[in-house]
Amino acid sequence: MFNRSPYISSAPSVSIIMLKVLLALVPGIAAYVWVFGGGILVTLTLASVTALASEAVALKLRNRPIKPFLMDGSALVTAWLLALALPPLAPWWLVVLGTLFAIIVAKQLYGGLGYNPFNPAMVGYAVLLISFPLIMTSWPAPLALAQAKLGFADQLRYIFGGALPVGVLVDAISSATPLDYLKTQLTLHHNIQAITQAPIFGVLGGKGGELVTGAYLLGGLYLLQQRIISWHLPVAFLGALALMAGAFYLADATHFASPAFHLFSGATMLCAFFIVTDPVSGPTTPRGKLIFAAGVGALTYLIRVYGGYPDGVAFAVLLFNIAVPLIDAYTQPRVFGHKK
Amino acid sequence: MNAIVNLNKLFKFNGGVHPPEHKFESTSMPIKVVSPPKTLVLPLRQHVGNVSKLQVNVGSHVLKGQLLAKADGQMSAAVHAPTSGTIVSVEDQLIPHPSGLPDISITLQSDGEDRWMAHQPIDYRNLSKAEVLERLREAGVVGLGGATFPSHIKLREDTRHPVKTLILNGAECEPYISCDDMLMRERAIEIVRGIEIMQYLLDAEECIIGIEDNKPEAASAMREACVQSTIDIAVAIVPTIYPGGGARQLIQVLTGKEVPSGKLPTDVGVQCFNVATAYTVHRLVNHGEPVISRIVTVTGNVKRPANFDVPLGMAMDELIKLAGGTAEQADLIMGGPMMGFNLPSSKVPVVKATNCIIVSAPEIFPEPQPALPCIRCARCADVCPVGLQPQELYWFSKSDNFEKARDYKLFDCIECGCCTYVCPSNIPLVQYYRYAKSEIIAQDKAKQAADIARERNEFRLMRIEREKAERAQKHAQRTAEATGNAGEDDAKKAAIASAVERVNAQKAGEASAKAEESN
Repeated sequence: MFNRSPYISSAPSVSIIMLKVLLALVPGIAAYVWVFGGGILVTLTLASVTALASEAVALKLRNRPIKPFLMDGSALVTAWLLALALPPLAPWWLVVLGTLFAIIVAKQLYGGLGYNPFNPAMVGYAVLLISFPLIMTSWPAPLALAQAKLGFADQLRYIFGGALPVGVLVDAISSATPLDYLKTQLTLHHNIQAITQAPIFGVLGGKGGELVTGAYLLGGLYLLQQRIISWHLPVAFLGALALMAGAFYLADATHFASPAFHLFSGATMLCAFFIVTDPVSGPTTPRGKLIFAAGVGALTYLIRVYGGYPDGVAFAVLLFNIAVPLIDAYTQPRVFGHKK
Repeated sequence: MNAIVNLNKLFKFNGGVHPPEHKFESTSMPIKVVSPPKTLVLPLRQHVGNVSKLQVNVGSHVLKGQLLAKADGQMSAAVHAPTSGTIVSVEDQLIPHPSGLPDISITLQSDGEDRWMAHQPIDYRNLSKAEVLERLREAGVVGLGGATFPSHIKLREDTRHPVKTLILNGAECEPYISCDDMLMRERAIEIVRGIEIMQYLLDAEECIIGIEDNKPEAASAMREACVQSTIDIAVAIVPTIYPGGGARQLIQVLTGKEVPSGKLPTDVGVQCFNVATAYTVHRLVNHGEPVISRIVTVTGNVKRPANFDVPLGMAMDELIKLAGGTAEQADLIMGGPMMGFNLPSSKVPVVKATNCIIVSAPEIFPEPQPALPCIRCARCADVCPVGLQPQELYWFSKSDNFEKARDYKLFDCIECGCCTYVCPSNIPLVQYYRYAKSEIIAQDKAKQAADIARERNEFRLMRIEREKAERAQKHAQRTAEATGNAGEDDAKKAAIASAVERVNAQKAGEASAKAEESN
C-alpha cells in the first residue's frame, strides 16, 4: 500500500470532542448544585458508573475492544445528559434503569458508537417518562423556595432509600415545575399574568431553573467557540421555538407564555446545545441541520402547549431522529461544478 | 489588453484546511544545481498518456538532450538524455508511482563529459503555431505541477473554447513543497519569458500568476519580472489555504468561475499551467533545451533541506544524500503530506512528476491512531473543497454500495485529503474513495467486456440458426425434388417457419436473460 496520504492530521480525537462537551456541562452542573443542592452529583456519578459498566459489558459481549470505546467518552456524555434531564433527587434505581436502557438498548444493540439512530439519552428519558410518569414529573423545589431544605446527607438518603428526615413531608420539599404549573393552571382558566405571579417564577423562566438554563447557554457558547457544534442547530432550534412562542404570544398573551419564558424553561438550553447537537443521530448537511433543529423546536413548543407532557424536548428529538435519513437525502448540497 | 478578471475581488472555494506549512526549512538556501550522477534511470512513461517509443538501442552512445524515446501519438511526451553517455539497458524497473509496479525504463551510464548535442532556440514567431506545438511535443514538455499532462495539447488553440484567461499556478498549496517558490524567486524572468510564449500560442487576452500569500519573496520577484515583459501579466496574491493550488480551485478563486464537472477549464475560457511548466517552455523555445531536469524539494528528516535542480533519472537516495539525509530504512514520500505517496524503493529515479521528496520519520508523520466509527460530525463536509458529503461517500464505499457512491458524486472527489485531515475518528477516508473508484472502474470495464462478449455470442448463435435454417431448406428442397414437385412449396414453407420459430424462441430467451442481468 503506497498511497496512504494524507500523512498528517489536525483532528481533535473523538475523546477530546466528548471531553469538551462534558466540560461545557460543568457551568450548568455548578448552577444545578447551587439551586437544587448536591444531590445531582450523586445522580451524575450513578449514571456515569452505570454507563461505563454497561458499555464495557456490552462491548465484551459483542467482542469489541473495550478500552478505545470506553475512552471515547461518548457513554459519559449520554450518562450526564440523562442525569441532568431527570428530576433532581430521582431514586437511584430510576437513574440506573434509564442509563442501562440508553446504553444497552439505544446504543449498543444498534451497533455502538456512531450507529445509533436515536439519541440514547433521550431514549432513556422517554422510556422512564412513559413507565414512571409520576416520579418523572415530581420535581423538588429549588432550595430557595422549599419549605424544608435537605442537606447533602439528607439528599443522599432520599436518593438511595426514599426516606425523608423525620417530620418532613414530601410536599415540603417538592413543587411543580414552572412548565407543569403553567399547564395545569391554564386548564383551570387562569391567565398567564396571574399564574406567573406564583413564587416559582423568576425573571425569565422558573426561579432557580433559569439560572441553570443560563449556565447551559454559557457552556453552549463555549462549544460554538470551540467549533465542537455548528451554529445551525442551536440557532434553528431556539429560533423556531421562539418564533412559535412569539406568534402565539402575540395572538393571545393571556393564554400563551412569552418566548423568553419558553427559552429559559425546562430543557430548552440543554437541548439547544447538547441534545439536538448530537451528531450521530442528527443530520449532516447544513440545510438538513436547519430543518431538523427547527422541526424539533416547533414540535417541542406544540407538545408543551398542547401535548400531554409539560416538556416536549425528548419526544420532539426522537420523532425527528426518525426523519434524519430523509432530511439528509433531500438536502444534499450542490457539488462543485454541478448545475445550480 | 483589457482585464476580464477583476483581481481586486477574489473569490472563495468551499472548505479547505490550513496545515502547518513547513516550507521555511527548504527555502533558506538557493537552488543547488546537481551535476549528473553516474547512472540515470529514465522511465518511458513519465507523463499522462501513451508510453513513448524507444529511439535508441542498448549500447548506443547519446549526447545530452538527445531524444531517447519519442512521443507516441498526441497524448504522449518524449524522453531525452539528461547527460551524455551510453545506454546500458532497457528493462522494467521500479518507478515512483503509487501502484508500486515496475515499468519499462532506459538506463543511461554517464560518460562524465555532460556533452550537449547541437541545439538552437526556436524562432517561434516565424513558425506556424502547429509547428511550435510539435516542437513542444518532441521536447517532452508536460505539466510539472505533478499531473504531467502533455502541455502541447493544452496550448493548442480551440476555436470552440477560446482561452481568454491564462492562469499560471504558483500557489503551491501543499505543505513542505517549495520548488515552485524557489523557482519563482530565482528564475522569475525565465518564467515570464515562458508565459509570453504560452500567451502567444493561446492568444489569451490576459495572464495572471496566482501565488499564495505565504510566498512574498516569490511574488515580488515575479512582479519585478512582469514589469520587464512585453505583455501584461498580473500577479495575484491568493490566501494560503489548501487545496487552493488545485487548478479548479485556483480558477474559482481568481475568476469566480466553476469549471463544470467532467469538463475542462477551457469550457470557461481559462487555461491553467504550473509556473515550472512555463519555465521549461522558455528553456525549450529560447534555448532549444528539452525537459531533462527539474527542481525538486528535498525535505523532512534531512540535515540540509533545500531545493535542487536535478537531472531526471537520478536515484532518490543519491539526491537525499546531497541534502544530508539517508534514505536507508526511511519511508520516502514523493509529493506533499496531503496527496503524496510512499515510494516503493529509495532507488527509484527522479521523474518529471517529482516535485518533492520528504524523508519521513515517526516524529514528522506519526502513525495514524486506530480508526473509530464515524460519528457523523460532518467536519469532513465542512472542509471538502468540492462540496461533497464525505461521510456519506465513506458509508457507501465501505458497504460496497457503489451505485450510491456514484450518485453522491464520488468521481468529483479530487483526493485532496482534507476530509481525512480533519476526521476525529481517524478514518482513512480517501483510501475508501480510492478503493471505491477503482472498483467502479473495474466493474465498468468488466461490464463492457461482457457486453462485447454477449453481442459476439448472440451473433454466433444467430449464424448457427441461420445455417441450420438454410440446411433445412436445402434438405426440404431435395426431399421435394425426390418426391416430385407436389407439396414442394408446403415443405419449404414448413421448414422455414420452424427455423424462424427456433430463432425467435432463442432470442426471447436471451432477452429475458439480459433483462434479469440488468436488474
